Amino acid sequence: MSTEVTTLVDEKMVGERAAVKPNGGVKLPIYMDNHATTPVDPRVLEEMLPYFTDRFGNAASRNHSFGWAGEEAVETARERVAKVVGATSKEIVFTSGATESDNLAIKGVAEMYREKGNHIITAVTEHKAVLDTCKRLEKYGYRVTYLPVQKDGLVDLDDLKRAIDGKTILVTIMAANNEIGVLQPIAEIGKLCHEKGVIFHTDATQAVGKVPIDVIKQSIDLASISAHKMYGPKGVGALYVRRKNPRVQISPIIDGGGHERGMRSGTLNVPGIAGLGKACAICDEEMPQESCRMAGLRNRLRDRIMSNLDEVYINGSMEHRLPQNLNISFAYVEGESLLMGINDVAVSSGSACTSATLEPSYVLKALGTGDDLAHSSIRFGLGRFNTEAEVDYVADRVIETVQRLRELSPLYEMAKEGIDLKSVKWAAE
Amino acid sequence: MSYSNKVIDHYNNPRNVGSMDKNSAEVGTGLVGAPECGDVMKLQIKVNPTTSIIEDAKFKTFGCGSAIASSSLATEWVKGKTIDEALAIKNTEIVKELSLPPVKIHCSVLAEDAIRAAIGDWKKKQTSTSAVVVAEAKV
Repeated sequence: MSTEVTTLVDEKMVGERAAVKPNGGVKLPIYMDNHATTPVDPRVLEEMLPYFTDRFGNAASRNHSFGWAGEEAVETARERVAKVVGATSKEIVFTSGATESDNLAIKGVAEMYREKGNHIITAVTEHKAVLDTCKRLEKYGYRVTYLPVQKDGLVDLDDLKRAIDGKTILVTIMAANNEIGVLQPIAEIGKLCHEKGVIFHTDATQAVGKVPIDVIKQSIDLASISAHKMYGPKGVGALYVRRKNPRVQISPIIDGGGHERGMRSGTLNVPGIAGLGKACAICDEEMPQESCRMAGLRNRLRDRIMSNLDEVYINGSMEHRLPQNLNISFAYVEGESLLMGINDVAVSSGSACTSATLEPSYVLKALGTGDDLAHSSIRFGLGRFNTEAEVDYVADRVIETVQRLRELSPLYEMAKEGIDLKSVKWAAE
Repeated sequence: MSYSNKVIDHYNNPRNVGSMDKNSAEVGTGLVGAPECGDVMKLQIKVNPTTSIIEDAKFKTFGCGSAIASSSLATEWVKGKTIDEALAIKNTEIVKELSLPPVKIHCSVLAEDAIRAAIGDWKKKQTSTSAVVVAEAKV
């Protein structure tokens, strides 16, 4: 089964790379940052192109064939997006991306259910699109509870149960984390929320197309989806809004014409939407084999690195995790310097030095990972177009760079001398 | 953010990586920064006891490329200088030499601190040595 998929991918995309190159058959630079974004699958691009050229009509133009062509593309895409999450067409609203979907879901519920309550529950490891939206609502008088996570990155269901009160109108917890890939117990959270009559939104951006999402089985009321995380184009996404058992209503955040059943005004990005639909269809079909292949590659990367280096720590649960994610800390080596050493590989780091604000990753902090290990972390996001040869190359580059940087590191030197770094009085403290 | 060629050069070919015997009377050791901040620099100098000129310098750094380059450059600059000349080295000069962007200026500050800390440590050793000499003379 996996051979079939590999062949498909090879034919469509990896043709260039199939030619023998130096560096053990890999084309540089290698992209392994698929949680940041993904390349557009050639099949998706092909699906989109006509809507830029001859089928350019506005999907809302009801009176001519140009408009009808646009509308048809949108409705086909709508069905495809619905299918990949187990929803019906009418429950899909197209947006400009998951950030907008998160905003729409949270603000939309907050405004619509204001009479019922003003309490929202979320988690500290959420994406900024959720956290910043919650912070804004706090300014408008809403109360927000930010649940902590356990060492493995998972929310404690008892914490959630205790946090729900008579004024709670929304629980928003992501299905899969973008930094550590950890999967939250969505079905249990959904079940609990339905029992308590609280609306449940999940930011499913990193999960859709990678692990099964079923809005019925997992009792999800709202779900944010992003095209560019699943081999689709940037600038388009969707929000699933439940219509039955219970019917969920949201106030729009954008006014102007009442498109998308009044939930999201604005001319639809027809080519983008066509792309999103195709991306969903491909994932829906290929997910079982693809996630199996991803897990194989990820484990290969992990094992090769960990069998050649000591003092390497995985951040977050390995058991409840996206198959393509690996987030590791390399003790005594700083993240940005590591990235610099593997400059022909695209990955990212939780180090403060790599962020614009010089703050280390708040997700790693929430796990209880010490700041020093947060600074030493690297996130690998494998994807559809990564190969075994690339994994081996990357692992070897990481190993040699870590070894080289440890020779440069005063912390490694001290640790080897038997000094307990936690007991040292550092000058900067 | 892309790095200047000089930063890349120091990163790929760091000068004077290593350690000296920190118990030696001729060696001054400066250890600055903290692991929680993502920056720790150890800079050591070996000072000629007669001329008080810095004969040798070594460094080890836990930090980003700019931090590694700043401390590597610092060891290059202090070699051959007198203590006072080394104390006169300013972080702004490091920033200029390496073309550090504003967000990396703190790396150069830490390197300047490391030089001072190494010199401070060496000076402390000289004072206690001379105190011993005086005490012995009295006896």
